[in-house]
Amino acid sequence: MRYLLVEDNRELAEAVIGRLALDGHAVDHAGTLAEAEDCLAVATYDLILLDVMLPDGDGRDFLARSRASLETPVIVLTARAQVSDRVGALDQGADDYITKPFDFSELEARCRAVLRRRGGSARNQIALGAALFDPLAGTLSHGATSVDLRNREIRLLEVFARHPGQILSKGQLMDRLFSYDSDVTENAIEVYVGRLRRRIDGMGVRIETLRGLGYRMETDTA
Amino acid sequence: MRHACLAILLSLWAAAAPAQEIEAHRYYPGTGERVLRVLSTTDLEVFEPYLLAFQAARPEISIDYSVASSAELHRAIRDGAVYDLALSSAMDLQFQLANDGLARRYRSDATAALPDWARWRDLIFAFTAEPAVVVLSTERLEGLPLPRTRQDLISLLRDHPDRFRGAIGTYDVRDSGLGYLYATQEDRATDAYWRLTEVMGRLDPQLYCCSGQMIDDVSAGRLALAYNVLGSYATDRLARESGGRLQILRMQDFGNVMLRTAIIPATAEEVEAAGALIDMLTRLGLRDEPGDWPLPPLGQPDAGTTTGFGPIRLGPALMVYLDPLNRRAFLTEWENAMEQRQP
Amino acid sequence: MTGTGSIGRRLTLLLAGVAALLSVLSWGMVTMLARQAAERTQDNVLAASVTAIAETLRSEQGEVRLELPYSAFSMLGAIGEDRVFYTVTAGDRTLTGYADLPVPDGRGGPGRIVFATGTYRGEAIRIASVTRVVLAGTSPVPVTVTVAQTRDGVGTIAADLSQLAAILAVAFFVVAVGLSAIAARTSLRPLKELTAAVSRRGPSDLRPLRRAAPSELAPLMGALNRLMDRLNLSLRRSEDFIAEAAHRVRTPLATVRTQAEIALRSVTDDADKQRLRQMIRAVDESSRSAGQLLDHATVAFRADDLPRAPVDLADLAARTVAALEPTAAMKEIRLQLDAVPAQVSGDPVLLDSALRNVLDNAIKYSPEDTVVHLQVMSIAHEARIAVTDQGPGLGEGPARALTERFRRGSNTEGIVGSGLGLTIAEEVLRAHGGRLDLGAGERGKGTCVTLVLPSS
Repeated sequence: MRYLLVEDNRELAEAVIGRLALDGHAVDHAGTLAEAEDCLAVATYDLILLDVMLPDGDGRDFLARSRASLETPVIVLTARAQVSDRVGALDQGADDYITKPFDFSELEARCRAVLRRRGGSARNQIALGAALFDPLAGTLSHGATSVDLRNREIRLLEVFARHPGQILSKGQLMDRLFSYDSDVTENAIEVYVGRLRRRIDGMGVRIETLRGLGYRMETDTA
Repeated sequence: MRHACLAILLSLWAAAAPAQEIEAHRYYPGTGERVLRVLSTTDLEVFEPYLLAFQAARPEISIDYSVASSAELHRAIRDGAVYDLALSSAMDLQFQLANDGLARRYRSDATAALPDWARWRDLIFAFTAEPAVVVLSTERLEGLPLPRTRQDLISLLRDHPDRFRGAIGTYDVRDSGLGYLYATQEDRATDAYWRLTEVMGRLDPQLYCCSGQMIDDVSAGRLALAYNVLGSYATDRLARESGGRLQILRMQDFGNVMLRTAIIPATAEEVEAAGALIDMLTRLGLRDEPGDWPLPPLGQPDAGTTTGFGPIRLGPALMVYLDPLNRRAFLTEWENAMEQRQP
Repeated sequence: MTGTGSIGRRLTLLLAGVAALLSVLSWGMVTMLARQAAERTQDNVLAASVTAIAETLRSEQGEVRLELPYSAFSMLGAIGEDRVFYTVTAGDRTLTGYADLPVPDGRGGPGRIVFATGTYRGEAIRIASVTRVVLAGTSPVPVTVTVAQTRDGVGTIAADLSQLAAILAVAFFVVAVGLSAIAARTSLRPLKELTAAVSRRGPSDLRPLRRAAPSELAPLMGALNRLMDRLNLSLRRSEDFIAEAAHRVRTPLATVRTQAEIALRSVTDDADKQRLRQMIRAVDESSRSAGQLLDHATVAFRADDLPRAPVDLADLAARTVAALEPTAAMKEIRLQLDAVPAQVSGDPVLLDSALRNVLDNAIKYSPEDTVVHLQVMSIAHEARIAVTDQGPGLGEGPARALTERFRRGSNTEGIVGSGLGLTIAEEVLRAHGGRLDLGAGERGKGTCVTLVLPSS
């Protein structure tokens, strides 16, 4: 996916870009509203992450101004956690908001929710051998058959899809799947991998266990 | 005097108050120690029902009732004789006693109910209103028109001197306080008075001290006419009992109405009892129905034929004719008019 | 607030005091004038009386003669029931009347009437006297006519008039007090209107007052407007400050958290990973606490002067569910909403905050792969949102204590939360005249938190 991050704090911007890149997303960065407008003029984005406090103005004002002409969904990044601010951001045309500091899992979940509400995008489908994985819709289709995946299954499959042929340890998967506010044991990963296997059985996508190392996804060639 | 024969008892008590000429006296013993001493101008026989009624209500009070003339009564109170109540028909004398501070204030619901003209300064209280009337003998006036006004009367006397010579009776104003009051009030009210007096004077009038004798003489045919008689119920009753021989007239041009009054002398000792008797008398004075009482109430001073004249006013003007100079002048004039002899 | 009494009452009392003073003064003056008038009337009557008597003085055969005219005394009865005394003296000889009656000394010359006040037979009297010279035979004799009267009638007339004046004064006073109260209220009405205009305003309405006011109120209005200006400015400054502070704190926190996540992906040592996770949790906890503290402050501020608007709890629940669905989905928690329209009147911002906190809590304490059930009901005069989770339940301890500030359930170790969530929700509901019910879920499992509000 292609993100436009409008954030004036350089360190945060770099960190977010780095973090999103880990998941294989492309991110353009704008430090001011003016830069953001320049970017929007030359490129098309799947999603805009918009900070509210920018050196050349308030992000919400920008939102109110350009909402009519802008088709790209916007998630507002706000340091303001007050109820009235939350409601205000949505009223002014944001699709959703997320409060700093944010959990990237939650950000991803919200992005997916927003994109799903917006009708999704074919560009984000990932070919897994003969099967086609749509992380936004949460579907995996193979020929005429299609299965609906649940949230963690989608995320698990997405992790595998972004790293085809790569061995992923249980620890890596845990970090990607679970929020940091709960102590989840590595057994949980085994449970989810087991579930996902049963779901995608016969879809030309397999997850192999490499004892002591982790898991790896293999696909039938198309 | 007239009622000396009626005196039931002349007790030793009379000696304690010398210089008083007590005509009659009666003692009504009560159950208690208290004695109410009443000095009155009203005859015992007339007033007895009131005394009995009072004793019926207050049996513990003994009543000592004495009768005297109005002048004697006035003199007695002025001299400081000890009485608890003074009842008099001479308004002027009663008024003067009150004015000169010889009466005691008294106030009760009963006296407060009296009209203003019937009391003065809570010192003097009226309880009857009695008109002056003319008493005629129907026999001796046979065939003559009944006089309605003083002018009628003057004409009648002038036209028939023979019938009336020596047969006209009136008060001797020198003797009678009431007669003097009536005469002076007529003097003030109507100029016909002196003409009438002159006409009567020419006809050899008989002079009396008291109404009773005049009525008796008219009744007996000794008089044809008595002028300025006190028209009490007693008079009316005598006229009724005479079998048509007496006729009572009220002059329609002017008629005196006398108020019988009560005062509590300053010397009074039984003030409470005196007040109680005044309350009874004033309540009776305001009664609506005549009842069996011998004296008329205040409200019906002219139940007869006369047009309404108010009663003689209780006020300082009453003292004008009591002034010795004025009295002497008035009596001189009266004597001149009354005692002329036909040439 | 320490009161120094009501202006209206003070004004009324002041005016009433003035009225009372005027009443007493007018009563006193009328009484005095009435007494003087009555005394003058008595003097006039006495003068007429002595004159009438004096006019009858004449000489006959060398003797002084007179008669008392009836009118001379009857007129004395006009004033009231007063006792009358008189005396006529020729030289040193009393011709008639009360010989012991005092005769005024100052003889004002022939024909002049002299008045005096004295006491006779124990009563206060007013005396009028006139002297005329009568030729008795050959020698002129001064004859003095004196008439005296007690003063009860004067007193009675004066007392009657004084009583009438007193009644009038009291009536005047009563009317004046009534009018004073009306006047006070009328003059204070602009103040009341100004107060009402200020009171009617919402908690954040700090626009200057623009209304016509009497000139006396202009300084107050000016001061009020300047105060509101400053307040507005300082509020905006502090809002900006909070926002700026939050921005400045949260942005680096976000950087730290992001970097930590990145680091977590690259380190392999379990101990390192654990430390990084703890770090992330600490960041989350501090950010969540800050958020809830701000929420709490907002509730406390807005609850003082609650703006009311019609709110449908079904809409509110749907919106909140939509907002929290991604968060729930991360734990495979399904948010199930059964709603019927339930109208209440309240502050939508606060109600949103209350429900969000309750729902946030439910998601937070629910195990993976469970359902959080929201049911919007309208029962009798109450509208309710019941939030039931399949979590560990309330645990031991009184349910009420859970809503106390910073208190957390006994079995919530390991879950980020400041404990303020339920406190905020309960304060919001109480401000709306409702309550927060805590109980066990179905079959005694989980927790059921019910937001109860009076229906509108």
